[in-house]
Amino acid sequence: MEYEIVIGLEVHSELSTKSKIFCSCTTEFGGEVNTHTCPICTGMPGVLPVLNKKVVEYAVKAGLASNCKIAEYSKQDRKNYFYPDLPKAYQISQYDLPLCYEGYIDIEVDDVQKRIGITRIHIEEDAGKLMHDEWETGSLVDYNRGGVPLIEIVSEPDLRSAQEVKAYLENLKAILEYINVSDCKMQEGSLRADVNLSVRPKGQKEFGTRTEMKNLNSFKAIIRAIEGESARQIEVIKSGGVIVQETRRWDDNKGVSYAMRSKEEAHDYRYFPDPDLMPIVVDEKWKEEIKNSLPELPEARKKRYISEFSLPHYDASILTSSKVLADFFEEAVAKSKNAKAVSNWIMGDLLRILKEKEMEIEEIPFPADYLAKLIELIEKGIISGTIAKKVFVQMFDERKDPGVIVKEKGLEVISDESAISGIILKVLENNPKSIEDYKNGKEKAFGFLVGQVMRETKGKADPKIINKLLKTELDK
Amino acid sequence: MKVTKETIEHVANLARLNLSEKEKERLTTDMENIISYVDKLNQLDTKGVKSTEHVIPIKNVFREDEVKPSFSRDKILSNAPEVEDGCFKVPKIVE
Repeated sequence: MEYEIVIGLEVHSELSTKSKIFCSCTTEFGGEVNTHTCPICTGMPGVLPVLNKKVVEYAVKAGLASNCKIAEYSKQDRKNYFYPDLPKAYQISQYDLPLCYEGYIDIEVDDVQKRIGITRIHIEEDAGKLMHDEWETGSLVDYNRGGVPLIEIVSEPDLRSAQEVKAYLENLKAILEYINVSDCKMQEGSLRADVNLSVRPKGQKEFGTRTEMKNLNSFKAIIRAIEGESARQIEVIKSGGVIVQETRRWDDNKGVSYAMRSKEEAHDYRYFPDPDLMPIVVDEKWKEEIKNSLPELPEARKKRYISEFSLPHYDASILTSSKVLADFFEEAVAKSKNAKAVSNWIMGDLLRILKEKEMEIEEIPFPADYLAKLIELIEKGIISGTIAKKVFVQMFDERKDPGVIVKEKGLEVISDESAISGIILKVLENNPKSIEDYKNGKEKAFGFLVGQVMRETKGKADPKIINKLLKTELDK
Repeated sequence: MKVTKETIEHVANLARLNLSEKEKERLTTDMENIISYVDKLNQLDTKGVKSTEHVIPIKNVFREDEVKPSFSRDKILSNAPEVEDGCFKVPKIVE
């Protein structure tokens, strides 16, 4: 029997406000433990949390950018549970009246468009960090992260494969980066996903029983967890077993999931309105203001690249998938005016080198300006395309202006005909066999000879001139 | 409303309370009394009445996104029962 995988995601994204959600402590990542704390974010009795206005703005921005409706009246609730990363023994979140609801994001997998529903987006506070060493008797808690604002973006169970999940997350991440509400650094935990997954025989209408895997913080881990957990569920069903609704922990190193909390302890959060926090009312005027502040979103940018720069659909999707990359592209295009060339360099050499060095797009070491300059050097005939590739590598490794690299290394194209002639004669002298082959009609021999001349000049000779002179010489 | 011993045990567990059998019995009666007392509210016809999430008619209480100095760590940790390496130390948590 064939099985279908059904997935819904809860994505937590840390908002990039300067201060925490309910107090004025900094949200900066990586400070000394417990130095970004105060009585409010450590849950001391008698303190009064006051909501950061930017948090509401950012959440509404995220809602509008993902086609959500914005609640006119929204409130904050206490979600009660005991865990030491939560100093108050409750998390301030939103229960039945979230800020944003009923939105969607469009994705594309294998050229098929699909709309993924967004159930809701709500605001809440992040928890602290627990550290435990196996040999220790206790656990240590650092509350620097406690009270950092989060939005939780809950999708409908509309996703059907790991590929769809990847496309959804990539689009979502791009949107959040574009509207500048989160830096989405997965390695710093500013974007994490809980995966709700069930399987059902293909064609069956009812959903199967789902399990939840929490806090996956890399795309790779999410994909592997989906593959591992769906395989496990299908295996259980095939062998006549039943799926238990539970939270499971995905061990990415071992590639297996473990049951975390048993059913008997199923969560009973006893939500109730937080009496310290007043309702949030987003009226039309405020909503319009936020709407007008939205930048061009990835979808719109992609369409513009296709129409304005005549880029292929695929190239436009890759370039706009990251705001940093799209900005880099546009900056280079503004200088060089040759969008096609800029796109080719980015899609080819740049992304390949980044991948080889396992670097992120944010880590591109040279300014967009340099790429424009490099393209100009080729266009003006100062360097050949082959040399340009070498200059590019050096530009990447040494962050040097390509013009300077070309000057220092004397890489300018040799277009002096007499100099090239001399080299051609030398090459011909050393390769009598190729001359014979050429005369016998072997076209390949010509290419070989051009290659030899190029080699002699370390790729600097103008290929057009080599072709012309070599032909004259051979046809003599 | 009838309150069972199981309900009491469940609620006690959620609140991390360790109750003796005697306490459970007493609390079952107490809880039942409290709930029947509040239950009276259910006799009111609330059709068309908007739910009251907050009793005070105030909305949009915000602060601006400004960073102010945090507390000194020593001060924050001064009430902690146990401290280690600048952290609150708590009983070991195993999932």
